[in-house]
Amino acid sequence: MAGMFNWISQIVSVTLFNLRTLPQRIGSSTTAIFGIAGVVAVMVGVLSIAQGILRTMENSSSSENVVVLRSGATSEMMSGLSGDDVRFISEGPGLLRQDDEVMASPELFVIINLPIRSTGTDANVPMRGVTRVAGDVHKGFQVVDGRMFEWGLNEVIVGVGALREFAGLEIGSTITVAREEWPVVGIFEASGGIAETEIWVDASVLQPAYRRGNSYQAVYGRLKSPDAFQEFKDALTSDPRLNVKPMREADYHSSQSTVLYNLITGLGTLIAAIMGFGAIFGALNTMYTAVSSRTREIATLRALGFQASPVVISVLSESLLLALLGGAIGASLAWLVFDGFRAATLNFSSFSQVAFAFDVSPALLVRGIVFALIIGLIGGLFPAIRAARQPVSAALREL
Amino acid sequence: MTESSRSLVSVKNVDKVFKRGSEEIHVLGGLDLDIPEGEFLALMGPSGSGKSTLLNLIGGLDRPSQGSVEVGGERIDQLSNRRLAAWRARHVGLVFQFYNLMPVLTAQKNVELPLLLTHLSRAERKKRAAIALDIVGLSNRNNHYPRTLSGGEQQRVGIARSIVTDPTLLLCDEPTGDLDRKSGDEILDLLQALNREQGKTIVMVTHDIHAAARATRTLYLNKGRLTTEPEE
Ligand SMILES: Nc1ncnc2c1ncn2[C@@H]1O[C@H](COP(=O)(O)OP(=O)(O)OP(=O)(O)O)[C@@H](O)[C@H]1O
Ligand SMILES: [Mg+2]
Repeated sequence: MAGMFNWISQIVSVTLFNLRTLPQRIGSSTTAIFGIAGVVAVMVGVLSIAQGILRTMENSSSSENVVVLRSGATSEMMSGLSGDDVRFISEGPGLLRQDDEVMASPELFVIINLPIRSTGTDANVPMRGVTRVAGDVHKGFQVVDGRMFEWGLNEVIVGVGALREFAGLEIGSTITVAREEWPVVGIFEASGGIAETEIWVDASVLQPAYRRGNSYQAVYGRLKSPDAFQEFKDALTSDPRLNVKPMREADYHSSQSTVLYNLITGLGTLIAAIMGFGAIFGALNTMYTAVSSRTREIATLRALGFQASPVVISVLSESLLLALLGGAIGASLAWLVFDGFRAATLNFSSFSQVAFAFDVSPALLVRGIVFALIIGLIGGLFPAIRAARQPVSAALREL
Repeated sequence: MTESSRSLVSVKNVDKVFKRGSEEIHVLGGLDLDIPEGEFLALMGPSGSGKSTLLNLIGGLDRPSQGSVEVGGERIDQLSNRRLAAWRARHVGLVFQFYNLMPVLTAQKNVELPLLLTHLSRAERKKRAAIALDIVGLSNRNNHYPRTLSGGEQQRVGIARSIVTDPTLLLCDEPTGDLDRKSGDEILDLLQALNREQGKTIVMVTHDIHAAARATRTLYLNKGRLTTEPEE
């Protein structure tokens, strides 16, 4: 017991004492700190893209909503539903009714080409044909500028994300789709969801423009409660007239973002690993220098009777402290620079652009700092062991 | 009683081998030495003869390649590293040629350092360090940092640090080697007083014949042999 106490007090005093000598090594310490800060900033920055896309997908979904595609289709693009299909789906149990209308929105999904604002290059932009209930079904739909399009007219409204990312979508401008002119009459929001990257139009106008007859690609529905999903799904899948796949909206959106999310996360992790490797060498170098500049002090402490383990721990604490500082600086930097930064990218799953905001979440900050600490731990470990292994008498001979 | 049973330090048939490349250097070819309790022993000899090596073996800073080192009845060459460190903290006071004070600590804190290895309370540590500084005549320099002290003063802090744990054995490797005559004399006065008044057993390595004259016995180390007269 007493021995344990003694050991801990040795650790505390040797560590505190060591940290007081830190200002003597300010130069190489600062280098290590900023090396680690850079790694963490880049890592958190890249991962915040993936996080932002995930967030957009989450914003798109409400727990009572369902999406119905033709079975076998993995996205709206590949799906197709006839007018009859739509009618049978709308009769499914558990769907919410408002003012005698079933909250089931059959929708058409096509992709058009528009120039990206920043680069001028063409990109795939989703255009969605909707019916009257769409605004009530889709989460947070709201026209925030101009007006809703007139039903039956070649008019479009544009999501705020699409307006921001693509050229020529301001109210009053006109886009050319299927050799027809479509004036932009309004701007809408959808609680930060993926719909904000879309252009909306009356489905009954879009159908003839694309020669789709009376067919649709998806039905978005709103259930009375999230619990009603199973009943709804069972009814549809067991209906012999239908060959469809009902999904919770959240599951559908997350399936649409997995590829992109994994790609960016993988890329971010790879970059972090490569840079982290470099930062480890930086930290190693700093700590070897620190240890060798303290050879005589450490040897003196050992000669006076201090054990090897407090020396190891004091060197480790120094490198962990530097790493913590670096991690905190890097994470704050990433947060300041990237959080909320808006961009758009191609979502491979839907072949269309998705606008999102970089999301530097608290969990990501913690991950960045943990990563920094791992760098610090590895960078400090070997120098610490060398410090402890130094034979006392030989080290005392050095001046 | 036999001679060796009264000895505080008993070194028997000790050798220390250093490897330099493929070459092996035998520094102390089977050396014997007994140091009675209360002795002030001066160790002289040419540079490279192994004085520091011998002192390090006695102080448990290093292990012999051959032979035994017994201090206070304990075979210290057989202790584990861990126990040897604890043994040093309890039984040995070390004084270095270049003082080896911690630059970021005040004189007071430097002297307190070895007490961190004891169970003494903070207040008690402070009190004992103050007493030790008083013994070396530096009680007015408690809060000074080493760089603001003269060489002689720094060495006195070093001596205060070596005696603060009240060890039986003081080992001094050229304690006046870096000091002018006057400061050196003050240090020697101090060591002599510690030996006479407090009964400390002291082993002092020195190149200075005047310093050696303060000791109760002087031995010369040359080519791995200890003699009572310098060889010529
Ligand atoms: N750690 C070591 N590694 C290799 N050789 C060593 C080591 N320590 C001592 N030696 C060698 O052992 C011999 C004795 O060294 P030591 O320091 O004991 O001599 P010394 O008598 O104290 O000399 P000085 O008066 O110069 O201090 C020297 O040849 C020295 O080079
Ligand atoms: Mg020497």
